[in-house]
Amino acid sequence: MNLPFTIAAVITLVAAGVAMSARNLVHVALCVAVAFAGLAALFLQLNAEFVGFVQILVYVGAVAILIVFAILLTRSSETAAGTSIATSVLPGLVIAGLVLLCLRVAILNSPATQRTAITPPPPTPAVSVPVRQIGDRLMREYVLPLEVMGLLLTAAMIGAVIIAMPEKRK
Amino acid sequence: MNALDQLPVALKHWVLGWAFWPDLIKPVLSAMLSIGPIIGVFATLFGVLTVIERKTLGRIQNRRGPNRVGIPFTNIRLAGFGQFIADGIKSLTKEDIVPRAADKVVHFLAPLALVVPAILLFAVLPFGRNMVALDLPNTGLLFFFAVGAATELSVFMAGWSSRNKYSLLGAMRAIAQMISYELPLILSSLTVVMLVGSLSLVDIVARQEQVLWGFLHQWHVFTPWGLAGFILFMIAAAAESNRTPFDLPEAESEIVAGYFTEYSGFKFALFFLGEYFGLFAICGLGITLFLGGWTAPFAFLDFIPSWLWFFGKLGTLLMFFIWTRGTIPRLRVDQLMSLAWKFLLPMTLINLVIAAIWHFTGRDGWAMGWRWILCAALLSVPYWLLSRGFQAQVGAREYRYAN
Repeated sequence: MNLPFTIAAVITLVAAGVAMSARNLVHVALCVAVAFAGLAALFLQLNAEFVGFVQILVYVGAVAILIVFAILLTRSSETAAGTSIATSVLPGLVIAGLVLLCLRVAILNSPATQRTAITPPPPTPAVSVPVRQIGDRLMREYVLPLEVMGLLLTAAMIGAVIIAMPEKRK
Repeated sequence: MNALDQLPVALKHWVLGWAFWPDLIKPVLSAMLSIGPIIGVFATLFGVLTVIERKTLGRIQNRRGPNRVGIPFTNIRLAGFGQFIADGIKSLTKEDIVPRAADKVVHFLAPLALVVPAILLFAVLPFGRNMVALDLPNTGLLFFFAVGAATELSVFMAGWSSRNKYSLLGAMRAIAQMISYELPLILSSLTVVMLVGSLSLVDIVARQEQVLWGFLHQWHVFTPWGLAGFILFMIAAAAESNRTPFDLPEAESEIVAGYFTEYSGFKFALFFLGEYFGLFAICGLGITLFLGGWTAPFAFLDFIPSWLWFFGKLGTLLMFFIWTRGTIPRLRVDQLMSLAWKFLLPMTLINLVIAAIWHFTGRDGWAMGWRWILCAALLSVPYWLLSRGFQAQVGAREYRYAN
C-alpha cells in the first residue's frame, strides 16, 4: 500500500461511488470516465503499461463517449426530474454476490496467485510485458477467442445498421 | 557542432550538477527542467504562430493583418509581432461570463480537461537527439493516442455544460468527427509500427536515421507506403485538430463558435491554446513517424542541430495548415463522413497490406527499385478507382442562378 496506489484507488472508488449516487445522467457518465481513468492508473502502477494505456484509449476515449452519445440521442439534454437510482435492493445484492463469487473463483484459480505463494516477491519491480509478446500470444494461442470477438462485434454492427436503416414505406 | 546539437541536454545536466541540490528533490528538478522548456517553447510558438497566421491569412485575403503592436512604451513596432502579448493581456482582463443555466463545475473543468492532455502529448515526442521528456520503450505511440483520445470528453463537457444549442451541436459534430478520423489516423501510423517493429518513438526515429547509398537518410516518406501514409495521416490530423477544411465543430457562419460559444475571457484563450497545442503535437507525431523526426534528409546536412530540423519541419507543416485555411472551403457534414469512411479508411487498410508487401520483398540491388514501383502502382490503382467513384457521385455542378 504505497502512496500512488492509495491515490489511484481513492480516486477510482470515490468516482465510482459518485457515479452510483449522482442524479444527473451526464454527471454519472463523466464520473464513470474518471473511474476508468483511475483503473488505468492502477494498471500503470502495476507496470502493465500496455493494458493501462489501452484502458484509457478504449474506455475513456470510446466507451465513455458512447455512453454520453447514447444519453444525448435518447433523451433531451434537460435533467430528468425523477430519480435515476435503482431502488430494487434484493436483485442488486444477488447480482453483486454472483459477480464477487465469479471474480473470487477466477482469481484464486489463476496461476499468478500460486506463483507468488511459492516464491517470495522479487525485490525489484516486475518488468512490463513487451507489446510484441502480447501480440504474439493473441495471434497464436488466443487467435480463436480474438476472431470470435471480432465476429460478435461485426454482428452487433450489422444489427445497429439494420436498426438505423430507414424503413421502406409500402 | 556536436556541442550545439546537445546544448539543451548539456544545459540541463549542468544545472542538475550544481552541488547544493539535495538528493530528494533531484528527480523532481530533473522532470521540471524537461517540462519547463517544453511548455515555454510551445507557448511562445503558439503566440508567434497566431500573429503569423493572422498576417498570412490577411495576405491571402489581400489585406495586411496586424502590424501595429510592438514593445510597450517604446516606438519599436516589430512588424506587429507584439500582438499576441496584447491579446493575452486582453483575455486575462476580460470578464469571465458563465451562463446562469450552465453546469458550473463541468463548465469550469472543461478547458482544463482539454489543455492538460494537450500538454501531456508533448511528453513522448523526441524533439532532438536525446531530447525526449518521457521515453516509453514499449508504449510511446500508444501513450500519445490514449492521451489524445481523452480530449474528446472535454469537448463534450464544454458543449453540454454550456446549456446552449449551438454549443451542444458543435460538441456533437466535434465528437462525431474526432471518432471517425481517429481510425484513419491510428491505422495510417500503424504501418510505421509494423515496419519498425516498435511502439517507441525514439526507436522509430533511430530507424529513419539509417543512411542509404551514403547520403540519404531513410525517412519513411521516401517509400510508397510512407508517402501515402503521410498524406492520409495529415488529412486525418487536420480533422482531429479541427483545422479548416474540417472546421465544422466551430463553423463561425453556422454555429457561432461551436462547443466554446459560451466561454469568454481566459477560458476561451485556454480552448484556443489547447487546440493549437493539439495541432503542434500531432504535427510533431507526423514528423516523427514519417518525416524522419529530428534527422536531416541528407547525410551531408547532419551538421545542422537536430532540434533545428525538428522545429523547421514543424514550422513548414504549420505554414501548410495556415495556407489550406486560407484557400480551401469547409466540407459539408455528409462529405466529411463519406471522406472518412469511404476514402480514408479503405486507403489506410490498403496501405497496411502494401506495407506488408514492402516488408517481405527484395531489399538490395535492383529489387529495391522494382519493389518501389510495384508498391506505388498497387497504391495508385485503388486511389484512382476510389476517386473515380467519388466523382461519379458528385456529377457536374449546376449554377442555378448564374445560368
